[in-house]
Amino acid sequence: MNPHIDFHALAPEIVLAATLVVVLVADLLLPDRERWQTSRLATIGVLAAFVPVITLAVDGADRSMFGGAYVVDNYALAFKGFFILVAYVVLLMSVDYISEGDYYQGEFYFVLLTSVLGMSVMGSARDLVSIFIALETITMPTFVLAGWRKHDTKSNEAAIKYLIIGVLSSALMLYGMSLVYGMSGSTLLTDIGAFVAKGGTPPLMIVAMFLTIAGFAFKVSAVPFHFWVPDTYEGAPTPVTAFLSVASKAGGFAALVSIVFVGFYPDKGAWQPTLWVLAAASMTLGNLTALRQTNIVRMLAYSSIAQGGFILVPLAVAGESASAANSAREAVIIYLLIYGAMNLGAFAVVMALARRTRSGEISSYAGLMQYSPGLALVMSAFMFSLAGVPPLAGWFAKFVMFRAVIDAATPAAVTLGVIAAVNSVIAFFYYVGVVRQMWLQPAPEGTEDRPVRIPMALSSALAITTVVVVVVGVYPQVFAKIGELARLGG
Amino acid sequence: MNWFDSWALTLAVFIPLVGMAVVLFIPRDEETALKTTALVATAASLAVGIAILFRFDYDKSGLQMVVDKPWIDVIHSRYHVGIDGISLPLLLMTMVVTVGCVVYSWNHFPHPHNPKAFLALTLLLETGMLGTFVAQDLILFFIFFEVVLLPMYFMIAVWGGPRREYASLKFFLFTLFGSALMLLSFLALYWKLGTFDIVALTELGGGELVRSTQMLIFAGMFVGFAIKVPMFPFHTWLPDAHTEAPTVGSVLLAAVLLKLGTYGFVRIALPVLPDAAREWAPWIGLLAVIGIIYGALGCLAQHDMKRLIAFSSVAHMGFVMLGIATLTTFGINAAIFGMVAHGLITGMLFFVAGSIQERYETREMSRLGGLLTQAPRLGWIFGFLCMASLGLPGLAGFWGEFPAILSSYNPAAGVSEVTFRAYMVVAAIGTVLAAGYLLWMLQRVAFGTVKDEFKDLHVHDVHVPEWIAWIPLILLIVALGIYPNLIFRVTDGSVGHVLRAFGG
Repeated sequence: MNPHIDFHALAPEIVLAATLVVVLVADLLLPDRERWQTSRLATIGVLAAFVPVITLAVDGADRSMFGGAYVVDNYALAFKGFFILVAYVVLLMSVDYISEGDYYQGEFYFVLLTSVLGMSVMGSARDLVSIFIALETITMPTFVLAGWRKHDTKSNEAAIKYLIIGVLSSALMLYGMSLVYGMSGSTLLTDIGAFVAKGGTPPLMIVAMFLTIAGFAFKVSAVPFHFWVPDTYEGAPTPVTAFLSVASKAGGFAALVSIVFVGFYPDKGAWQPTLWVLAAASMTLGNLTALRQTNIVRMLAYSSIAQGGFILVPLAVAGESASAANSAREAVIIYLLIYGAMNLGAFAVVMALARRTRSGEISSYAGLMQYSPGLALVMSAFMFSLAGVPPLAGWFAKFVMFRAVIDAATPAAVTLGVIAAVNSVIAFFYYVGVVRQMWLQPAPEGTEDRPVRIPMALSSALAITTVVVVVVGVYPQVFAKIGELARLGG
Repeated sequence: MNWFDSWALTLAVFIPLVGMAVVLFIPRDEETALKTTALVATAASLAVGIAILFRFDYDKSGLQMVVDKPWIDVIHSRYHVGIDGISLPLLLMTMVVTVGCVVYSWNHFPHPHNPKAFLALTLLLETGMLGTFVAQDLILFFIFFEVVLLPMYFMIAVWGGPRREYASLKFFLFTLFGSALMLLSFLALYWKLGTFDIVALTELGGGELVRSTQMLIFAGMFVGFAIKVPMFPFHTWLPDAHTEAPTVGSVLLAAVLLKLGTYGFVRIALPVLPDAAREWAPWIGLLAVIGIIYGALGCLAQHDMKRLIAFSSVAHMGFVMLGIATLTTFGINAAIFGMVAHGLITGMLFFVAGSIQERYETREMSRLGGLLTQAPRLGWIFGFLCMASLGLPGLAGFWGEFPAILSSYNPAAGVSEVTFRAYMVVAAIGTVLAAGYLLWMLQRVAFGTVKDEFKDLHVHDVHVPEWIAWIPLILLIVALGIYPNLIFRVTDGSVGHVLRAFGG
């Protein structure tokens, strides 16, 4: 008997897959002058993929396929919608960067979309095999993207480092997964959950859980699996860096949340300590290292490690009670949505300014307020949002994180909460450092006294992210509702 | 209830924000358009404020003009705004002072000029300040409280004096630290009592909370508000921030921002956790009188006018906090009067100090002198303000200080009488010191002869924009001094209502 296939449920992936084929073929057929059209095709395809996400959300029914390995519920839809919108913003950021750099336009969009396809699958994957395949579909194209600037040695270094550590962590994770399968006898997360719930988890299972989580720690760039991050972020083309720091990271979290909540959840003693250590180490090390950075991209790289740590905090306390689990799930999703907007925005500003200054140093932001006040204002908003200052969206992300900690209310949870609070204050210094450069320092000698010219697509990306950061900051209900609705099906 | 009653507060709070949005879209070179927009926005907000004054029911003690709409459902936080006799005077004072600031700035934008950014920040600041006074939900209160932070940081950091970077960062970090603790306390309240609604929390009056928990939560809020007031020993950011801030920044800081802290005590800390307040009251009173004496002694050691006025703020806010610490309606009525009086008088003092600096390009009192001969009108205004500030009967300052001292003779039930009577004596000595440092400043700046270096300087007496900005404030100082019931009548009922847990 053929497996039941629900085409409506698969529609987002089908549209994405069709788009990337069209992009590839168009790139082959179009003459050189017309190559930029591929970006337009990719953008249209991504927006088209958003339509079925909406129709599925309106429909509301949970759909399950392939014996429960592939589930389309609100949780999956929240992530699919998020990934697709992030891809749209990243496309807007890439258009001028890629066409001006003469970097194989068609292939770029093809590879980028492949990774987005993997993410879209990841939201639905509820089985170790489909999770692994989705994860590799996300990661493989990003190896290529990181090395896109072929003639730049930094870009090569970025790709190689990313590849080696990425493959290593995949191996770790696969080993862990195979052990999990060996003991529970199933790759389905629900079956694994039932096995763990029976109690008496064998010690080897704890090792297996540890290895699996460690593999994801690489994806979400948690300390100590973060060594690739600064170099890869700095060397990769900036739109790719933005993509890695937001979409790729969120992909890792999507999988981690489903594995932890559906698979490992009943035995909290086995996975909470690992996540606790990852969270505490990522926040602390990420922030302390970010303080010392002079390059804006490296600073944002360490900041994204620290932010990843903040997102791990609710996960690390989720096992304490049903209410803690609920607020932890909401916290992770809301934090990711908000983090996505503000981090993409920050990278969009970095790109806009780099067009003028050709520099990635934080000191090159000096005096931005004088000659490009709009850009300075927007960047200040992103920085303060990342620091968690109300009324910009970041405060609500931090707020839901602390709420999860308070709901768990164990000594370990409270300790982690205190570590997070101290880190929020540390983080404040380096974010405000950028703001101080822009507002307080005079512009360097010989700076042209006219605003930075920003291409249309890039300014749309800036506009979208700014609106999200401001609107969600003032009316967080928008995202809170998504977090509340996005319950995990089995 | 008609349309106006339900939306007046929202209008008053957000008109400045709309004004800011308009300002952002006007090109930087259209200075007149920018200034007019800012003036129209602040004046429109004031007009709504005056309309509220007429619609307000002075015989009702509870909240009025309430709007209560869902805002962030998942955490049960609501857009709940309302006004009572405690908020009303502060709200109106804020509006009047902000209009004054915009008018005063008309031709006085400090270096590096940029009126567009300056006015946008002023308008954003006004929204934050007004919102804090009407918010009736802890999270809403917190957001408005924080909205104030950023514009003031930038005002000091960009338009400030030579040590602006240090001062602005210090201001920011102190306040941020305080608000982090405050937010933790709010969360703890929510976690224990299940709501962020200030009215509901006041009804509960601490509810079933264990005493030790109450004490801890109160301590968190105390630090948050005390930093903003600022109370000794959290005051060290204030002299730096005041000294470095541009004139308008200093005025708003003194007139309104400090009041957010004391207002927080009256609106949130005391009514929500009355038992903890009773326990902490002697300690708050102690810090208040230390502040009075320390601030006064600090004043006597200054040679910079603005720094002296900043330290005098520490002392004056000490009187306000002493009134609050008595936990009596009498003391808290006095405290609210003190807040308004200090806002008007010290705000004006900073205006005048800014004008003097603009004319002489110094605030060193040893270099100044003979202001009365060179600019008699400015000199007389300055003298008038010193008199008002030292608490001369018949002017507003008196009604803030004197009842606060008097109220500590008889603190609320459950608070040690002996302790507060001792505080009363110390505070009384503080008034003598206040007279000392203010007259000393007046003497050095306004009396005597002009120093040689300024002999040939042409000093313009009070400008037209200065007159327009100052006259309303001066009239209010006189009017409130002669007829203090203008405020006491408004506040009395509401104070009794909010603090019913202390038995009136």
